[in-house]
Amino acid sequence: MMRPRPEPVQIVKQRRDAALNALVAGVPFVQFLGIRFDRRGDELTALLPFDEKLIGNPQLPAIHGGVTAAFLEVTAIIELSWSMIWQAMENGNFDPAAPAAGRLPRLPKTIDFTVDYLRTGLPRDAYARARVNRSGRRYASVHVEAWQDNRSRLFAQGTAHFLMPGGETGRQNG
Amino acid sequence: MTDQMQRLARQFIESIPYARAMGMVLDRIEDGRATISMAYDARLVGDPESGVIHGGAVSALMDTCGGAAVMSHPTGPTGTATIDLRIDYMRPATPGQRITARAECYHVTRSVAFVRATAFDEDSARPVASATGAFTVERAAGGKP
Repeated sequence: MMRPRPEPVQIVKQRRDAALNALVAGVPFVQFLGIRFDRRGDELTALLPFDEKLIGNPQLPAIHGGVTAAFLEVTAIIELSWSMIWQAMENGNFDPAAPAAGRLPRLPKTIDFTVDYLRTGLPRDAYARARVNRSGRRYASVHVEAWQDNRSRLFAQGTAHFLMPGGETGRQNG
Repeated sequence: MTDQMQRLARQFIESIPYARAMGMVLDRIEDGRATISMAYDARLVGDPESGVIHGGAVSALMDTCGGAAVMSHPTGPTGTATIDLRIDYMRPATPGQRITARAECYHVTRSVAFVRATAFDEDSARPVASATGAFTVERAAGGKP
């Protein structure tokens, strides 16, 4: 039996990038903080370019703890949503016209979020990656790490629990 | 709380660029308790479908309020930074309504402050979120413990 010819790489990339862009561009708070996402295959890295308005301690100076918390939480939500979209795309259950039409899966809701401040957030760009440790039908647990200059010297980490979209009713199909 | 300490704590809040960007207002500060609020702002929305403010904006409010509560503690800390913060999101804040956080620094040691905070929208009977956190305490050299 002949395997179907793989799709051209550009078509695949375009579909994935369009889905990611729609997901990120749709959230005003992500735009307010200026957070962007870099994609390599299914792996996302969040980027928070430094801006004066993100300062929390003008004397040091240092990034505001609330900015750090928000950056971690945004990274966790986008990663979790992205993992759902990715799966749908890979299974062929994703309408490629949906992102452009603003039709994306509903976002997960944060139940709780714990952030550890490990070092001062310096006045420069920050990066973060999240890992979905458990994603069930109703709940998900996501760990997220953020760093600045050195990947091994985290300045903050966090764990978040989420209620999955449709998880409130407990009557979700599939 | 002396006038000088009140002024110091207010300066602490009002000199924060991020607090200004989010439109935070210091409503009350006294003896290890602080109240800070912010208006509903479309730029801070986290769920475009419902118009609900992003959890990250609420956590910034609670973090700032926690820091303010520490600064206003009668033992007179000269600076503080968050060590950790856990936030429970109890319900979505109603779109269009002002969000108010109240924080209480319920215990301090020489170098650590323990804080509880609660956030409300205009329905003050049902909290939107609650938080607990530990903060560092900086003290002036030679100051009392």
